[in-house]
Amino acid sequence: MTTVFGVPLQALFSQVLVGLINGSFYALLSLGLAIIFGLLNIVNFAHGAFYMLGALGAWLLLEHLGIGYWPALIISPLIVGLFGALIERTMLKRIRGLDPIYGLLLTFGLALVIQGVARNYFGVSGEPYDMPPQLTGGKNLGFMFLPNYRAWVVLVSVLLCTLTWFVTERTRLGSYLRAATENPLLVQAFGINVPRLITLTYGLGVGLAALAGVMAAPIYRVSPLMGSDLIIVVFAVVVIGGMGSIFGSILTGFALGVIEGLTKVYYPEASSTVVFVIMAIVLMVKPAGLFGRTA
Amino acid sequence: MTARVEAETKAAARGLSPARNNEVRSLRVPIAILIGICLVAPFVIYPVFLMKMLCWALFACAFNLLLGYVGLLSFGHALFFGAAGYLTAYAAQTWGFPFELALLTGMVTAAVLGLLVGWLAIRRQGIYFAMITLALAQMFYFFCLRAPFTGGEDGIQGVPRGKLLGLVSLEGNLTLYWVVLAIFLFGFFFIVRVIHSPFGQVLKAVRENEPRAVSLGYRADQYKLIAFVLSAALSGLAGGMKAIVFQLASLTDVYWTTSGEVILMVLLGGLGTVFGPVVGAVVIVCVESFLAQLGGWVTVVQGGLFVVCVLAFRRGIIGELSRLLHRPL
Amino acid sequence: MRIASRVLALACLLPLAALAQGKVVKIGVLNDQSGLYTDLGGPGSVVAAKMAAEEFGNKVAGMPIEIVTADHQNKPDIASSIATKWIDVDGVDAILDVPNSGCALAVAKVVADKNKVFINSGAATSNLTGKNCTPNTVHWTYDTWALANGTGKEVVRAGGKTWFFLTADYEFGKQLEKDTRAVVEANGGKVLGAVLHPLNASDFSSFLLQAQSSKANIIGLANAGGDTINSIKAASEFGIVAGGQKLAGLLVFITDVHSLGLKAANGLQLTSAFYWDHDDKTRAWAKKFAARHNGKMPSMVQAGVYAGVLHYLKAIQALKSKDDGKAVVAKMKELPTDDPLFGKGTIRTDGRKIHPMYLFEVKKPAESKGPWDYYKLIREIPADQAFRPLSQGDCPLVTAKK
Repeated sequence: MTTVFGVPLQALFSQVLVGLINGSFYALLSLGLAIIFGLLNIVNFAHGAFYMLGALGAWLLLEHLGIGYWPALIISPLIVGLFGALIERTMLKRIRGLDPIYGLLLTFGLALVIQGVARNYFGVSGEPYDMPPQLTGGKNLGFMFLPNYRAWVVLVSVLLCTLTWFVTERTRLGSYLRAATENPLLVQAFGINVPRLITLTYGLGVGLAALAGVMAAPIYRVSPLMGSDLIIVVFAVVVIGGMGSIFGSILTGFALGVIEGLTKVYYPEASSTVVFVIMAIVLMVKPAGLFGRTA
Repeated sequence: MTARVEAETKAAARGLSPARNNEVRSLRVPIAILIGICLVAPFVIYPVFLMKMLCWALFACAFNLLLGYVGLLSFGHALFFGAAGYLTAYAAQTWGFPFELALLTGMVTAAVLGLLVGWLAIRRQGIYFAMITLALAQMFYFFCLRAPFTGGEDGIQGVPRGKLLGLVSLEGNLTLYWVVLAIFLFGFFFIVRVIHSPFGQVLKAVRENEPRAVSLGYRADQYKLIAFVLSAALSGLAGGMKAIVFQLASLTDVYWTTSGEVILMVLLGGLGTVFGPVVGAVVIVCVESFLAQLGGWVTVVQGGLFVVCVLAFRRGIIGELSRLLHRPL
Repeated sequence: MRIASRVLALACLLPLAALAQGKVVKIGVLNDQSGLYTDLGGPGSVVAAKMAAEEFGNKVAGMPIEIVTADHQNKPDIASSIATKWIDVDGVDAILDVPNSGCALAVAKVVADKNKVFINSGAATSNLTGKNCTPNTVHWTYDTWALANGTGKEVVRAGGKTWFFLTADYEFGKQLEKDTRAVVEANGGKVLGAVLHPLNASDFSSFLLQAQSSKANIIGLANAGGDTINSIKAASEFGIVAGGQKLAGLLVFITDVHSLGLKAANGLQLTSAFYWDHDDKTRAWAKKFAARHNGKMPSMVQAGVYAGVLHYLKAIQALKSKDDGKAVVAKMKELPTDDPLFGKGTIRTDGRKIHPMYLFEVKKPAESKGPWDYYKLIREIPADQAFRPLSQGDCPLVTAKK
């Protein structure tokens, strides 16, 4: 049996695959954040809280209204997205144009409030959320057992990433948005309702986070604290990828998943910290991230 | 040379211009009020609680030097606060260093780390600067988690308070309070001096318009680095003091949430004001302790405070007060 | 300003508080009310303490009983400063609960320095009755040695000979792994490997794959809280249990099982000091508890707080005084314990509370009659075998006696 630094090749393959699966999850999560920062210049620290709300929403829909996973995939992100749009309208609008630091602090505060309230009502241990029966089980790939649900996550992630990248970079709507961020007055002069566009975009970014939350509900515990652990990592992904670039975040998400996977094999204790090491190195070599545009 | 130019030259040689001199003079009354409160307080309020406020106030002032006056938002200041805490605790406990030497060890460690982190991070601007400091701080957290000397999540416990100058025992809360107050005032006045010196003027110029400062011949990066190291060293002093007061150094001091707390204190108190960070620290420590009885609602209130501050209260308490009174505070 | 003036006003009551101190038995429940351990202790522990005080009619030896509480947020320095303030300023006589080993050790020292009483129910570290023991500390409920011994020994005996550990990379996890490893090897088992994962890791699939490829009979989960829950969820997803390996949860609470659901958790073996559905007495108490705690059944930590307060009050009643912490704890060690939750037991010289431990297995969904009906009893571990022998800890109180 061939080994790479003491780890059998088969085991290494399975770890890389698992890494890719995790990476797709990171990519999905960072997508919303990348849109919000890249296009709106808001450092949305509340992203983790919205992710949690998506999962919580799915659980609430099941508990109280008997609505299952499949409809929840659409309903929960919609509700959370609307909530996000509301927040943008009432609070974020007031600090547009100010130093992005204030956006960061405001959303950080929001995150604390949302998580705190959820925690006081639902406790921290979390609630069980069952996997939809159509996706249970898995396939034996020979070198590892691949759960169907994880394959589904990869599929959705790749689809959404491609769709989002396409819309922002290749369609007219996307170009309006990018123009609106660069020069809102000029774009508004063309008759495009810029404030509405911005609100919608924030809502979309938030909705994407919530969708990631619904997808996470069957595999990670649904608890008010689930977002706070992930938020820093997702931020790092977006920063490494380059804060203006959707493509950068997607690529970094996948790459980070693989690198983390490898770290888990050779130096598992460091797997939560390796993202920061990469971030520090990247920022020192390429100040705006891998694909970012310098401000 | 006219008398006026002579006077100005003399003043400049002393390091303080007349205009700056006036500004420091106008702070005399608030400073006197501050000292007055600090002298009376321990007889009315639990001294350990006051010492906690003083440690955090010094930390906030040091952070404000960087954020309010140089305009650099660092997300990793917990690194200096916590590292100094660990080194002071370890020095006092395992190496048996006397009180002053242990504090000095912590402060020097923080300054060295500040030099390192600053040198790495200064080249970047704005949010990227913040993210690099965060990344480095998290890496340091990981190091602290695994290094045996830090005691992992138990932390370093049972740190001896020692004696002041080998003579006066610091076990008593009141005695220690006077010492902590003296150190805090030293740090505070040092920062006031730095802010109102020509060096401080250059820092503010860099904050307002870096390219222009550079075009005037100032090496902005060097100034920023020096300010960073000063800020780190004073944060370290605060952290070391806290370790001695509570006789404990733990992982939470190096975690990013501690960095978040000091940002909130400075924001609430008033960015770029002299007394803002002190007031901010006092308020936040009080709120936390007051609401500790409410258990889980503390973080909600903290979050709410952040939101309210940013939306309606951006100048902070002292900032608003300063505007009302039409004098710099 | 209002806050400052309120603090001032409260502080002015200082001299009055000092006077009042002698007249009230104040019990402080210090635990995590906003983080990971909220559900297994938290406000529930406060309810438990109140219930114990009510057994005495809220008065003992002629003094009224008062219960205060605070959130230590799992931070040792907050725990330490709250404990110090409670004792110095608020006249608290006994501190209860304190989960999180770092916090527990900090509080134990403060309490010993100021000669009050510390009854720990939530923390796991066996050092509390080992090298960090004090004459003012009582460690109720459980510790890492008891868990390792319970789950480890019984699982090996039942056929789980080869082990692989999934360990949380911090002191508590590593201690748990170390203790269990010793027990496994002493009973003829073999440890095939271990992997250290960072605390609060979100994804365990990679670590579980390593466990899977080791082909060990048993995967020991030397972690707690969210990490345990995520490990178990992922294990069920990746077909680990279906593939023939079994999971041994070294620190699992009923609140964790509740949040996992029986579908994911069934078959899990765990050791606990208390189960609400054990007998009629525990059931009766649990129902009263649940009525005051949102219908949630008590965890062993909350049960420990109730029993601990009960015994503390008994000791005060016998002594007719509460001020000398060492004397009260000595009395607690002298009097045998007897409560409806843990039965009859004793407190040893090193402060360790002795009672039987139980090995449970989580039921399958079909076997459960309703929410909270989760465990079936596999074996009772008699009190004299459940905890680390007195001679094996490094407690100075024990060695000094010799």
